[in-house]
Amino acid sequence: MTLDLSFLARGGHLPALLDGLLTTCKLFVVSWICGFLIALVLANLRDVRFAPVRFVAGIYLEYHRNVPTVVQMLVWYFAMPDLLPDSIRLWINRGNTEFLFAWIALSLNVSAYFAEDIRSGMRAIPHTQYEAARAIGLGALGALVYVILPQAVRITIPTILNRTLILFKDTSLAMAIGVSELTYQVRNIENATFRAFEVYFIATITYLVISLVIMFLGAWFSRRFAVTHRA
Amino acid sequence: MLGFLEKYGLFYLTGGWPASEIGGFAGTLILAGVGLAVCFPLAILIGLARTSQRHAFFISATIWVYALRGIPLLMVLLWSYFLLPELTGHSFTPFTTAMAAIIVYESAFMAEIVRAGIQGLPKGQMEAARSIGLGYWQAMREVILPQALVNMIPSFVNQFVSTVKATSIVYIIGVSELTFVAQQINNVEVGNPIRTYVVLAFFYFIPCWGLSLLSRKIEHSIKARQSSAAAVR
Repeated sequence: MTLDLSFLARGGHLPALLDGLLTTCKLFVVSWICGFLIALVLANLRDVRFAPVRFVAGIYLEYHRNVPTVVQMLVWYFAMPDLLPDSIRLWINRGNTEFLFAWIALSLNVSAYFAEDIRSGMRAIPHTQYEAARAIGLGALGALVYVILPQAVRITIPTILNRTLILFKDTSLAMAIGVSELTYQVRNIENATFRAFEVYFIATITYLVISLVIMFLGAWFSRRFAVTHRA
Repeated sequence: MLGFLEKYGLFYLTGGWPASEIGGFAGTLILAGVGLAVCFPLAILIGLARTSQRHAFFISATIWVYALRGIPLLMVLLWSYFLLPELTGHSFTPFTTAMAAIIVYESAFMAEIVRAGIQGLPKGQMEAARSIGLGYWQAMREVILPQALVNMIPSFVNQFVSTVKATSIVYIIGVSELTFVAQQINNVEVGNPIRTYVVLAFFYFIPCWGLSLLSRKIEHSIKARQSSAAAVR
């Protein structure tokens, strides 16, 4: 089988493919940012003294970790609009509904994983580190910024990058609710041209290249900032 | 709600069975369970290759693992849908197509669990086994794998959970598993999508959550046993 890609130039398939790639990247980046911000809050909520808050945070985490991402998207896309008042629903429907709900679903989903990663990173630092930092005269914020975070981030980033890779691959699931990302466009072009091999090949390589960059970053970081224990 | 469950409960559980192929929740469990079971021997071989000293084995296993980890399951599913009939000349049911995709995809992740399990054992185990005269395969079979496999049990349970969740996308090619069934119910019960999807979420949540707890428990008991064994020594 030879790879003849000239069919892409006809019928606007190449712009569609690029547009799909752009949507995939957009969805990936905005979901990552929102997911990370939510996770920062969530990670701290789990240690709040007020029990009901911990309980709700726990349910949030378990729901997002134990229900498939696709189902979470379907819930947002098909079920949630029913709960909204008509005025808000009409306002949402005017925009890019599919993208919006995929964005929300992916952000919340990844936030649950990020939160656990951040929390276990923070807990890995012994409390004595904080006490020692305060004892040498650093304020609460100073102790966090100069002593706790530099150590915690080191432990956390490899797991965060691992989850980032999964988030990137999960953007493909957004096709289930009709977001015109890369996989969606690939299926469209395949339906129109019957060039399954060529289109799948391009999409696979594209996914692979971006994933390998993320994996490489993870491997590089683990090696460069390896956690070494002093005896 | 009760009326809804009475009407559709069985449909959620088994799909159109016995009138048609078994599906629904049972279909999801069969896809994930049989998929991983078939995957298991494959994963051990790939995992062994990943720890092998022979470059040819190591490199080809590494390419296999990294390539599959780098693409979405959905893409593997599309490939399987297109390539299976193309290569064999037969047509396959959506269920078989999805099963093939899951076996291929999960082999990479299961292999990494096997690799981590083997490398997690102290090096002295292999050296000791070889020095008492066992060959590589003998040492693997009698000394390394029996210990490593026990340590891998929690990871295998976790992988089963994530496979159950991952199978939810295969409804795209028309496999009548749990999510597909819910979509069909939603097409009939147009008035109340919330109920349909909340029930769907529960069907995934209960087993996945239960198994995650179980895997954490097993992990603790394995660790406890190891540290008590170390204390006796």
